[in-house]
Amino acid sequence: MLAVARLRFDRNDERVFGPLDFVVRAGEALLVTGGNGVGKTTLLRVLAGLLRAGEGQLQWHGEPCDSLPADGIAFVGHLPGHKADLGGIDNLRFAVGLHGCRHGVSPITALAGVGLAGFEEVPAGRLSAGQRKRLALARLLLSPAPLWLLDEPYANLDRDGITLVDRLLAMHLGEGGAALITTHGAYAAPPVRARELLLDTQIPDPHDLNRGDAVESA
Amino acid sequence: MNTPTLPRAAGAMLARDLRLAWRRRGDTLQPLLFAVLVVAMFPLALGSERARLAMLAPGAIWVAALLASLQGLDALFRSDAEDGSLEQQLLAPVPLSLLLACRMLAHWLTGSLPLILIAPVLAQLLFLPNYLLAPLLLSLLVGTPLLVLLGSTVAALTVGMRRSGMLLPLLALPLYVPVLVFGAGSVMAAAQGQDWLGAVLLLAAGLALAVVLAPLAAAAAIRIALP
Amino acid sequence: MKSPILWFNQLGSPPNFHAFASRWMPWYFGTALLLLAIGVWGALFRVPADYQQGDSYRILFIHVPCAYMSLFVYATMAIQAAIALVWRIKLCEILAMACAPIGAAFTTITLATGSIWGRPMWGTWWDWDPRLTSELVLLFLYIGVIALDASIEDRRRGARVAGFLAMIGLINLPIIHYSVYWWNSLHQGQTIRLLGPSKMDSRMIWPLIATIAAMQLWFFGSLLSRARTMLLEREAGKAWASGIACSDGTRASQ
Repeated sequence: MLAVARLRFDRNDERVFGPLDFVVRAGEALLVTGGNGVGKTTLLRVLAGLLRAGEGQLQWHGEPCDSLPADGIAFVGHLPGHKADLGGIDNLRFAVGLHGCRHGVSPITALAGVGLAGFEEVPAGRLSAGQRKRLALARLLLSPAPLWLLDEPYANLDRDGITLVDRLLAMHLGEGGAALITTHGAYAAPPVRARELLLDTQIPDPHDLNRGDAVESA
Repeated sequence: MNTPTLPRAAGAMLARDLRLAWRRRGDTLQPLLFAVLVVAMFPLALGSERARLAMLAPGAIWVAALLASLQGLDALFRSDAEDGSLEQQLLAPVPLSLLLACRMLAHWLTGSLPLILIAPVLAQLLFLPNYLLAPLLLSLLVGTPLLVLLGSTVAALTVGMRRSGMLLPLLALPLYVPVLVFGAGSVMAAAQGQDWLGAVLLLAAGLALAVVLAPLAAAAAIRIALP
Repeated sequence: MKSPILWFNQLGSPPNFHAFASRWMPWYFGTALLLLAIGVWGALFRVPADYQQGDSYRILFIHVPCAYMSLFVYATMAIQAAIALVWRIKLCEILAMACAPIGAAFTTITLATGSIWGRPMWGTWWDWDPRLTSELVLLFLYIGVIALDASIEDRRRGARVAGFLAMIGLINLPIIHYSVYWWNSLHQGQTIRLLGPSKMDSRMIWPLIATIAAMQLWFFGSLLSRARTMLLEREAGKAWASGIACSDGTRASQ
């Protein structure tokens, strides 16, 4: 689905990451790991199109492109991505208006799917950090995009939340989607077909480790 | 409904902004109250003599409208930038300029339109002659959207910064000068018995241009200004 | 002989620009001072007095070049900013931001000399003359660009953001100019214009050309000087910059 060649990013004339080469295939997840400050978030933002890469080539479904198509990616970053004054249902309706909607899912079912049923009208600012993260995941659930770019999706979540993320990933990958996930590595890998991309501070060195190829059986 | 259509996205954006303005009604009304206060300052400073106030009335009301327009600018994009909504808007498969245009429309609807509606009251406070009310309202109707469009473009440039304080008014005011000149000037021209419609038509022409160019410029500005 | 395009391209590299600026700066400043001296001498001693304004008009030989430069520098700034935004050339970002203080200085001199010129005629130091009012708004545009650039920590992003503002200002400049003239005609009718419709006597032209050329050259010299300094500041960590610092100062142990 996504192929990246010689991707490089500089800030203030200092190399942040690169040159990187990797692919993300349909039905699999790429875990981007590495310590703090090594450039994982920046890599995700470059792929999302929020930052412009210094150099490199992207290929989407085999076609070279300057940046990934907006309707092909769903991005969940560090920031909540929704308005604190609006309730979950209003926030999700807005997201649907902007990004479109996956077949068979609606804002209400999405909220139920992430465990926020009954919290539709509560202003998002009054939710706990974990609940806000779930709201962002509901947005993910609604998105029709095939590629998910997730920046530290396990942050702020309790054990149920982590299971939720894994379940959503498994469902998405099972339907032929793909995901690129940054993680510290402190959390266990999701039980899906995944590969790992390790970003190092000085020497960028992509490893390709097969982390088990069993598809999760829910 | 897989990919969003443009009208649908525009409608969603407008609905969201109007809903947000309603949730924070107090904040949304503040520029309006500010304008009323500014207008009230003039008689307090200059005395309540009818003729003098009547002469100042068009300019004073226009200045009040201009200052009120500056009030709401800072917050226009700040909240979206801080909570990540702006990111999501950047990543949407619809043009950012369309979303920003809806933003600006909502801002005008909630900020400037109420001002135009109470302009007759403000005119009464300053003893504006009745025959000048129509030119005043028309000039405000055409001029305030222009203020919103120009101001939003400048506000988009400061979107990455923390509290910008007085910077935003400093940046926006030189761009506001033509709007103020033609807007207030049209009413002054009417007061002198000269042709005033020409100035309003000039403003309208500027508005037509700005409606197209300002959202595009603001979208470019946001991309440049975001870290 | 290198092709001009190649030469231009190479000029974009910081060490080359530094060498170029250092070499040519003294020439620009020197020639500018010479021409300025010639122009001022001509303006004060050689050119006849104006039949209407007497001797007080002579300040126009400073006022007019500065007014022209204030607009020229703004246009240059906006063009550099456009190039910097489209092609992401670091040197153009620096050049654009270096233009701003120079342009603001020219504008301030224009306002000051305009005020001095108008005093004998108006009786006051300021008369909201349309051209001067337009210059005043221009000054605020410059200050806005400088302030915006200064308020952003990332130097490159600051230059790009302020440059975009400069571009918006450039589009607005003719509109502002026209609106101020309309405003003036509406409220004050015809006032005594500073530079009246009467054409200048041909004997009076040559010092003006000298001072205009002087200001232009001064601008180039000043621009090179500022840009060179800004370049050194931003590239402080690089090898070539430390090399220059070492060679200019006391020699470090080899």
